[in-house]
Amino acid sequence: MTDIKTDMVVGEDGLVGGQTTALISLKLTRRNFIKRVIASGATVSASGYILSACSSDTPEQAATSATPAQTLQGTIERLVTLNVNGKERRVDVLPNETLAMTLRYKLGLTGTKLGCDRGECGACTVLIDDMTVYSCSTLTHTVRKRNVVTIEGLEAEDGTLHPVQQAFVDELGPQCGFCTPGQVLSAVALLKVNPNPSREDARQALAGNLCRCGAYDNYLNSVMTAAKLLS
Amino acid sequence: MSMKDMMPNFELYQPASVDNALDLLEQFGADGWPLAGGQDSYDWFKDRAKKPRAVIDLNGISELRGIKETAEGVEIGALTTLTEVINNDIIKAQYGLLASAASRVASPQIRNMGTIGGNLCQDTRCWYYRYGLDCYRAGGNTCYADTPQGMNREHCLYEADRCVAVSPSDTATAVVALDGSMVIRNKSGEKVVKAEEFFVLPAVDIIHMTILKPGDLLTAIRLPKTWAGARFYFEKVADRNTWDFALVNISAALKVNNGTIEDARMVCGGIQCTPKRLTVVEDIIKGSPQNEETAELAGKSASRGATPLNYNHFKVPLMENLVKRAIRSA
Repeated sequence: MTDIKTDMVVGEDGLVGGQTTALISLKLTRRNFIKRVIASGATVSASGYILSACSSDTPEQAATSATPAQTLQGTIERLVTLNVNGKERRVDVLPNETLAMTLRYKLGLTGTKLGCDRGECGACTVLIDDMTVYSCSTLTHTVRKRNVVTIEGLEAEDGTLHPVQQAFVDELGPQCGFCTPGQVLSAVALLKVNPNPSREDARQALAGNLCRCGAYDNYLNSVMTAAKLLS
Repeated sequence: MSMKDMMPNFELYQPASVDNALDLLEQFGADGWPLAGGQDSYDWFKDRAKKPRAVIDLNGISELRGIKETAEGVEIGALTTLTEVINNDIIKAQYGLLASAASRVASPQIRNMGTIGGNLCQDTRCWYYRYGLDCYRAGGNTCYADTPQGMNREHCLYEADRCVAVSPSDTATAVVALDGSMVIRNKSGEKVVKAEEFFVLPAVDIIHMTILKPGDLLTAIRLPKTWAGARFYFEKVADRNTWDFALVNISAALKVNNGTIEDARMVCGGIQCTPKRLTVVEDIIKGSPQNEETAELAGKSASRGATPLNYNHFKVPLMENLVKRAIRSA
């Protein structure tokens, strides 16, 4: 899975319909096709959001945003550089934007799933400096100088799966797969600090990731296998 | 879910020092929201129940992070994450009670981002209040939980005063049991208050859980040497082991010599609006042998004065049993 550059999917005519046929004729996988449509759609809707956000400011808010409050020490720049999966990405980030929103709708990294958007399910788990966090409950502006790793950043350049991903495949860890990116990242974080975990360690490490299919035992099998693959 | 399902707009400030943060907090007053780990703040914003004009992100302030030994004990910066507290060697060796309590907070991801200061300052979980209703705590004149139909399984046993909400924090019970203090700064200076006086009952202030006022910042938590290395017991009972807040939790610190309990502090959470010191239990067990008989006697007396609501009678035996276990196992 590679990062999608939004400029390659917004066609010259700017019509999503026009691209649709073009993309299908290139025989892209269904997953990549959906990702690209989302990425291009998000570009359009995101800029729409920024405009509507500005115009929906109350007169009071509009007035303060141009007054001395903004010149105080500690004000933020909206155009920021993020380090995502080892790459520097320039992106325009709203003050109230969560990392999950930035990853999915601005950078096209839709491997990160949004389940509850309240830090109560774990589908949006990503790594920040090798530690798991809920990207739905992280402001993008708070991770500017830190290393973000999403599920897309695990595989090797040539597409070889990360040993944890391979173990999850081998052990049939996922059932429906929606929670899997989060489960994989929790396992990766565990194995970085504890390469030889007990099953109980694994259970605790994955405790912040819900699985509605109830495939918990398969996931624990996967983590134990991953530990063997990595050693 | 789309890009439109976002938190409402706010201005974001990222000060680099406590002084900068205090300037901003003073400027915005009640419209400013100090942000630590954000694990509760974002839910308030997303639910539109709190709409601050300015969010002051404290994460860039390095002086608020870290744990250091002092002549009097240990000082924990308020922005230290719960994971850092759990893994810290001094805390593990000397104040294991706090490490145990912190390790039972929410989930691994939340502990990686959530801070000790945020966990101590968090607002109550009463869902009527969280839902945004105009209850007493929200500035109105009704309690929706304390009614014949009110769903009050998670609410209080003690010190109800119009509001029946409870303190949700796991670490608060440990900090009170360890006789900790809070360092609070504002534009006019710094003050240090005992953890027990930091949390307030609805009779004192029905809108706030702590003595912090707009413009105040909790900068550090101090734990004295008095209870370092004592015998500890922490237990949290919740519906699920991950995420859920305590129905009842207990923090106990015992000093035992030749099988006799010489001194003790015992604190329960989830049963009143502040962490509750079980002074009756402490008085009974001081000077008594640490045995089953003492545990039974203390357990029976633990819930004295409890006034359960319609759906939370179960908390009475739960609390008694936690006290027994603490005395047996500390």
